[in-house]
Parts: sequence; C-alpha cells; structure tokens
Amino acid sequence: MVGSMHTANETQILTEPVARLIEEFSRLPGIGPKTASRLTFFMLRAPDEAARSLAEALIALKQQVHFCARCYFIAQGELCVVCTSPARDQRLICVVEEPLDVVAIERTGVFRGLYHVLHGRIAPLEGMNREDIYFDELLDRVRTEPVEEVILATNPNLEGEATAFHLQRALAPLGVRITRLARGLPTGGDLEWADPGTLSSALEGRREL
Amino acid sequence: MRDRVYRTEAVIIRRSDVGEADRVLTILTPLGKQRVVARGARKISSRLAGHIELFTHATLMLAIGRNLHIVTQSNPLERFDRLRTDLERIGAAYYAAELVDRLVEEADENRRAFALLLATLRSLDAGAAADLTLRAYELHLLDALGYRPQLHICAVCGELLTESTDRFSASAGGAVCPRCAIADRQAPPMSLPAFKLLRYLQAQPPEIAGDLRISPATRAEAERLMRAYLHQILERDLRSLAFLEDVRLTQHLAEPDHADTTGMRRFAQGDNDDSN
Ligand SMILES: [Zn+2]
Ligand SMILES: [Zn+2]
Repeated sequence: MVGSMHTANETQILTEPVARLIEEFSRLPGIGPKTASRLTFFMLRAPDEAARSLAEALIALKQQVHFCARCYFIAQGELCVVCTSPARDQRLICVVEEPLDVVAIERTGVFRGLYHVLHGRIAPLEGMNREDIYFDELLDRVRTEPVEEVILATNPNLEGEATAFHLQRALAPLGVRITRLARGLPTGGDLEWADPGTLSSALEGRREL
Repeated sequence: MRDRVYRTEAVIIRRSDVGEADRVLTILTPLGKQRVVARGARKISSRLAGHIELFTHATLMLAIGRNLHIVTQSNPLERFDRLRTDLERIGAAYYAAELVDRLVEEADENRRAFALLLATLRSLDAGAAADLTLRAYELHLLDALGYRPQLHICAVCGELLTESTDRFSASAGGAVCPRCAIADRQAPPMSLPAFKLLRYLQAQPPEIAGDLRISPATRAEAERLMRAYLHQILERDLRSLAFLEDVRLTQHLAEPDHADTTGMRRFAQGDNDDSN
C-alpha cells in the first residue's frame, strides 16, 4: 500500500505533504481514502496549534505508553495501574480480547481482580492463531501467580467462544477454577459495546465451565 | 434514493470487522459467493448481531448499496448450536467454510456447493465424525466445482484401476495405475483401505460419512492424500489447518490415550514425507 495510493501526477497536484498525510491516515483502522482526505484538509485549515498538539500527542503516546509486562493492558511504567494497585484481588484474573474491554469492565465498578489482555482472538480465517495472541502468557501467569479463578470474558460471538473453549482446555490441567460470563450478554456483539448494567450482571452471574 | 431490497438464502462463511461497529460478511448463497456489510453489528444492542454469526444458515434481506450490499434483516433458519460448543467441530466448520470460500468465485452460481456446505454443517452439528465428514465434503465439493480427483480410472493413462493400485499423484489428478506409477516416482504411496475409503466417499451421498467405521491410520492417510490434492489446486494450505492441528495437539495433551488423536498426530508428523 505504501507509496502506491497516489500516482505521481496526483502527488504533484496534491503536494507531497498532503499526499503523505492522506496515506498516513488511510493506514488507520476504519479509515478509507475519502475520510483520510477529509481529515487531511481539516488539519490543513486548522490553526497551527491544533496540528502541533496532535503531533505531540502521538509522540507522547509512543514514548510514554506501552503494554503492561504482566497483563498486557496499557501501562506507563513496567506494570499497569491495575497490576500495581494493592486493592486488587490477586486471586482473580479476567481475560479479555482488547484493552478497551478492560475499560468497559472497569466502568461497571464491580470487578476487583486483575486482567489479562489477549490482544485479539483466535480467528483462523483471518490468520489469527494461538501464537498470535497472549495465550501462552496467560498459562504462565496461572502457573506462577496465586490465581484461583480465571474469568473468560472474550466476546459473546463464535470467535470469542472458540477462544474461550481453547483457553479452558489449556487451563484445565492447571487446576484453577474457570468461569465464563453469564448468558445475559446477547450473542454476536462485542464486549466493548456492552452497557455497564448488562456487563456487571454478566460478571456477577458468571458460571463455571 | 430508491431503496431496492431483495431476499436471499445464505450461509455466513467469513466475517471481519470494519469501521466503528460494522462487519463485512462473506456469504455463500445458491447463486454464488458474495460480500455484504452489516452496519452496527458489533454493538451488543444490535438486533442483527446474533443473527449473522459465522456458519448461520439464514434468510437475509439485502439492500443494494453503492459498493457492498447491506444486510437489513436476518432470519436464522439453522444456527448449528451444538457445533458451536465443541472446539473440533468449530475447527471443522472453519475448514469447510474456508475451502468453499477459496474454491468458489464471487457470483459463480453453484447450488450443489451451497447444498454440500449445508449438509456438512448439519452432519457436524449432529455429531458425525468430523474428519470423515470433511473428507466426503472435500470429494463432493471438488466434483461440484470441476476438480474431481480420479479414483476409478488412472489419472495418467485412463485405464480402469484395480485393487493393485497403490499410488496417488496429486499433480496427475488422482490415483495412478501400477504401470504409470513406475514412470511417476514422485507419486506418494496409497494403501488399499485408504483407496477404498476415498472411492466409497466419492460415490456415496456425503451424509453417510459419519457412520463409517474406519481405522484411525486409514483416516489419517485419507486426510494426507486429500490435503496433498487440495494443496495442488489451491497452491497453499488452508489457514484453518493450523487451528485444526493446534486443537488436536491440545486434545492429545488432555487425553494421552485417545486412539483417534494418535492417528492424527502420526498424520501431522508424516507430513514431511510428502516433500521427499
Ligand atoms: Zn497489568
Ligand atoms: Zn496408468
């Protein structure tokens, strides 16, 4: 894709910096060439300060934030705020697909344990297998940390269920309690979009696998 | 703008996320393969979300869009709920969906391919042996799409094959007679039980596959032969194979004495033999 989006002629008309920013925006998920052009012209018309602020925010993001060495949620230090909090229950791990799912669960305020972010789910047709997500890292944590219960909070759709089944099979020999979110969540959707009420009742009504 | 809507029967064979909350679906219909978009389908509140899960057989209402057509409604006909609770069966369904996705072109009418996928999902859901169900599906699907492997006449010289046949050449297009086998030293060996199994599955309706009693070694061999044949046509392995194998390995760890998985593991290890 890089460099192939605009012909040499188009780049000449657009000017190189405009063509380049359009290309950069188009690489973002959910953004097509039209939206990328609209965003680029928005930035062109915006005050200098807006562009500088955006650029600085991007650099700060990459310089100051990475993924927690333990649970792979976002962190500013080596460990994230959840992992470093003395108030969290170390015996409980809630496994989710994406960092935004942690945000959704934290919004409910009912969960006091730790997390494990897989950064994806097993989706063979998209080339996502066990080794492409933080799957084995979870097994290591269960082996070395004082974990008593693992809550599988992958999305309530086929890929999420398959990932949960796979995790369950791998976790079973380790002698830990394994639970899954209650059926209250309608199937097919993504956790990220669940409202706090539904999500907290799904957590409270979790069932043993 | 005129809102043109039409109805189609479909099986959802592939799904990916786009934009904020949309999903792009690849559907197989009796009239061929098609890519459509389901707006807002990742939202938990979406009424559509639960009705467009992978492998669902449904009646879809589609609105003609500028680019992709848009799913406006889905009425599930079969959801295959039992299949969804078993990792091996989920893997087999992924494989079945991927195979037809790779073999059928868009808007390429093929009612038989559609019926075969449905029959396979039904068998998997009903608890039939997943591997034999897939072998029957492969053989019949290849036939429906014009890639039928030769199992009755020699793929090289066309002579009627007898029980002395012991080679299967993916590049020649099927089983080869002993005389042609001497000329084609690349052709991997094929045991008589595996030869008979493939011939039987090719000739019988696919639904019977799950009832057969076949030794794990023969099943593993049939799988290896079919994989080599498909590799020849597709020019690479299906992505879902990695998942299927991973599932088998973890099952093997969980149940070390399981006869079936021993056969499958032998198969996985025997893979290298193909290239020699
Ligand atoms: Zn952490
Ligand atoms: Zn011959």
